[in-house]
Amino acid sequence: MTAKATSQATWEQDVLQADGPILVDFWAEWCGPCRMVAPVLDQIQSENGDKITILKLNVDENPDLAMKYQITSIPAMKVFQGGEVKTTIIGAKPKFALEQDLAAFLG
Amino acid sequence: MRQVIIIGSGPAGFTAAIYAARANLNPVLVASSVEVGGELMKTTEVENFPGFPEGIQGPDLMAKMQEQAEKFGTEVLYDDVTELELDGEIKKVTLGSGTVLEAASVIYATGSAYRTLGIPGEERLSGHGVSWCATCDGFFFRERTIAVVGGGDSAMEEATFLTKFASKVYVIHRKDSLRASKIMQERAFANDKIEFIWNSAVEEVLGEDATTAVLLRNTVDGTTSELPVDGLFIAIGNDPRTHLVHGKLDLTAEGTIWVDGRTSRTSVPGVFAAGDVIDPTYRQAVTAAGSGTVAALDVEHFLAALSDGTTAESVLV
Repeated sequence: MTAKATSQATWEQDVLQADGPILVDFWAEWCGPCRMVAPVLDQIQSENGDKITILKLNVDENPDLAMKYQITSIPAMKVFQGGEVKTTIIGAKPKFALEQDLAAFLG
Repeated sequence: MRQVIIIGSGPAGFTAAIYAARANLNPVLVASSVEVGGELMKTTEVENFPGFPEGIQGPDLMAKMQEQAEKFGTEVLYDDVTELELDGEIKKVTLGSGTVLEAASVIYATGSAYRTLGIPGEERLSGHGVSWCATCDGFFFRERTIAVVGGGDSAMEEATFLTKFASKVYVIHRKDSLRASKIMQERAFANDKIEFIWNSAVEEVLGEDATTAVLLRNTVDGTTSELPVDGLFIAIGNDPRTHLVHGKLDLTAEGTIWVDGRTSRTSVPGVFAAGDVIDPTYRQAVTAAGSGTVAALDVEHFLAALSDGTTAESVLV
């Protein structure tokens, strides 16, 4: 299972109304570090499908959400729970470092 | 056991790999998981790499170097080194995945990491207006006011690039003259959106949830002032990435890995170093590539001597 895309249209349902923790990866095509962290996030998703849902939000196509969440640096990864941001991770990191940052959610 | 492990995926690492692969040393190159390609991945147009008169995008140049290294048989691993065992005849390199690689020699080409200012607000507002990568984050500063700190080529490049998005870019520099090359300086001076603030140091980044201003101190008369900005891009240079070899390899007073004269030999036999991690002075893509060549040739010589029955300790490259 790899990370799926979300968008402005499905944001409410995909992220805000969701039960479990949702990690949203704010990314863009032109962002090199975003492209490099993408397979790492896919891997984390496939190994932890029961604990966390990882979604990708393209900031070029969804500028209003990028602005709403004050994104000024990507990749930015925000973990939502109950509609609220619980954790923010900025910048591409190796898998073991991301797993450390997400320890509270990955159990 | 392998013949050589190359650590690092910038111009030094990939050039060492091209040479080592062509010498049939079957190199494995540990490229990192999320920083493959190194510093040049954050740049735009590279205009000073010979052979590209029209210029080439930094990421394209690195993709080509990797392609060339792989074409001759380099195995590239997208993983990070977590531990090194460099003493003895068998070098052990532990990766994030838990894999342990073993080889008779190692080329250490980890480059450098950006320097931080170490001032209040910098860490807290990182990702909230404070950035080290104009090409990654400039997009979010459309029609906003930005400051760039630094006086070198990378500061000039960032400032010039950021004018594509920002309405105004201040360049803050501690001195009254720049270290940047003439062509980069002139390009910045000619840009209407760029304004220089000389003899000034950034003392603090201000703002609650997002950057709103920077506190400046005049380095001549000591007076302080606030400059309202929406973003601060820090381009004050890099430090060699040596944390994995502290206590294992000798370092120089500048913090780079010590190498013997013009060779790539470190203080430990069988361990060679190349690129920005040994270079406190020049730090160019092309000098790093040249340094990678030196390391691969030194390794080739070292391995040849080893197979002649000489012990690692007594091999003189």
